[in-house]
Amino acid sequence: MRKRQFHAEAREAIAGYLFASPVILGLLIWVIAPMIGVILISLTDWNVLTVPHWVGIRNYIELFTTNLYFWNTLKVTAYYVVLNVACTTLYSLVVAMLLNQKIGGRGIYRSIFYLPTIVPIVASSALWMWLYNPDFGLFNMILQGVGLPRSLWIDSQTTVVPSIVLMSVWGGAGNTIVIFLAALQGVPKELLEAVEIDGGNWWHRFRAITLPMISPVTFFNVVTGLIASFTIFTQSYVMTGGGPNNASLFYVYLLYREGFQRNNMGGAAALSWVLIVIVSLLSLLIFRTSRRWIYYEGGER
Amino acid sequence: MRLTATRATTKGLVYFALTIGAAFCFLPVFWLVRSSVMTLGDIFKFPPILWPAHIRWQNFAEAMQASPFLQYFRNTMIVVVPNVVGSLLTASMSAYGLGRFRFPLRNFWFALVLGAIILPPAVVLIPQFLMWSKLHMVNTFFPLIIPVWFGGGAFNVFLLRQFFLTVPKDFDDAARIDGASYWRIYWQIMIPFIQPALIAVGLFQFLFAWNDFFSPLIYLSSKETYTLAVGLQFFIGSYATFWNNLMAASLIVIVLPVIVFLIGQRYFVEGVTLTGIKG
Repeated sequence: MRKRQFHAEAREAIAGYLFASPVILGLLIWVIAPMIGVILISLTDWNVLTVPHWVGIRNYIELFTTNLYFWNTLKVTAYYVVLNVACTTLYSLVVAMLLNQKIGGRGIYRSIFYLPTIVPIVASSALWMWLYNPDFGLFNMILQGVGLPRSLWIDSQTTVVPSIVLMSVWGGAGNTIVIFLAALQGVPKELLEAVEIDGGNWWHRFRAITLPMISPVTFFNVVTGLIASFTIFTQSYVMTGGGPNNASLFYVYLLYREGFQRNNMGGAAALSWVLIVIVSLLSLLIFRTSRRWIYYEGGER
Repeated sequence: MRLTATRATTKGLVYFALTIGAAFCFLPVFWLVRSSVMTLGDIFKFPPILWPAHIRWQNFAEAMQASPFLQYFRNTMIVVVPNVVGSLLTASMSAYGLGRFRFPLRNFWFALVLGAIILPPAVVLIPQFLMWSKLHMVNTFFPLIIPVWFGGGAFNVFLLRQFFLTVPKDFDDAARIDGASYWRIYWQIMIPFIQPALIAVGLFQFLFAWNDFFSPLIYLSSKETYTLAVGLQFFIGSYATFWNNLMAASLIVIVLPVIVFLIGQRYFVEGVTLTGIKG
């Protein structure tokens, strides 16, 4: 009897492994092996063309000391990440709260707000280059039409990052809105009504009930938003080439340039490893602080 | 009486705010369509013309002449179709294995799946590129297709696993007693049960593969192999002053995803809502 039960458990384990084998092999081949590989490559001077040599931690030292772009790219990327996550989260929450009202035509509005998310980033980059065109673009025409001064948008060092953020909010908020909306619909009506009966206005309802109830979802949106924003590449590659004057030379763009335009694979691998550390630290930091501002129903999870 | 008046005002404000937001979302898309059917003369006029008196379809013909968009479209389909099939099959198998079987280290592998979701692809780019170049597969479609057949994306595995967990345990027990094999349970009971989730995964993977720019840029190095995303970037580089042609080319790249979105909207929203996804 016991032998038979053991037999059944072994069969289940084997079947489970067989079913899960695609993703297990995939993790080994395309995640774990490359994570080890990236450390090894970062310790060499591999340049695709010649035989690589061990150089120890030279690539890292160069990165932190002599690389002309490294500290600049960290600053520029951090600026973009903070601005983009703040704007996208705020905008998405406001739109989701508006869509959560009892009004007609909600489905149509929701489709319109989601539409930009469907547009491929290369195509939206082409489109926004046109919208931002200093001489004939729509935005400057609007500014001029209402009597405001024109802007250089992506052509100026000071406005390039905010301009890319505006475009990212437009194209990146669709999913965040849908997630917020689902969370808002899960807020119990009785609680909101209780505050109303006690004489609270919409701000009291929002502050005391809605905000705590949706805090886990806000947390999710912020974490995934931070990581996704940190790896921005296509917009600056297509629209600005990292300029003007490296003001939009984001981290992954620098990595791409080192690896595929300068064939400095060792240096690019060092950048990759630093990126792993940054993303891990970011996630850890947020998880550590999250307990302070996230409310879980029944205190579980 | 006063209460209904405030209600009406609130409603009006909500509509007002929503309409401004919707204009912000829709105006750029409208501007793209409008610019794609105009002459260069009309496009540069101030104050701007909202819609041209004569629609200029030649912009599309000129774009197609200047760049082989049909070839790019073919290449994109060669990548997209195996992407969708591979992710549907292997992500659902993996999710079934991780979601409904007990085996040693299962939670360890699932934790790795979660980690892989937040791992930026750029991090593992260099070693992966080294591997594909050692296999002499750079400038082929294989680096864009083969990885998808190994689990079909960590996010998809996660999403489908959540769905498999909702299938009542009695379903497999009953089938096991009737002597059904695990494979038959998977294929004949589980797959039909999670069909809506599979449609969502198929749509996500379609969009992802269609829109992906980074991997094709790295792995495809000749015009003959370019996908639409890379081909459009190439076009931007050469025709950036012919805004009408460029907008026509962009529209060519956008049309299919938008149609797919409009048809499959319901599944998108369900898929996003259930787990939360980032593009």
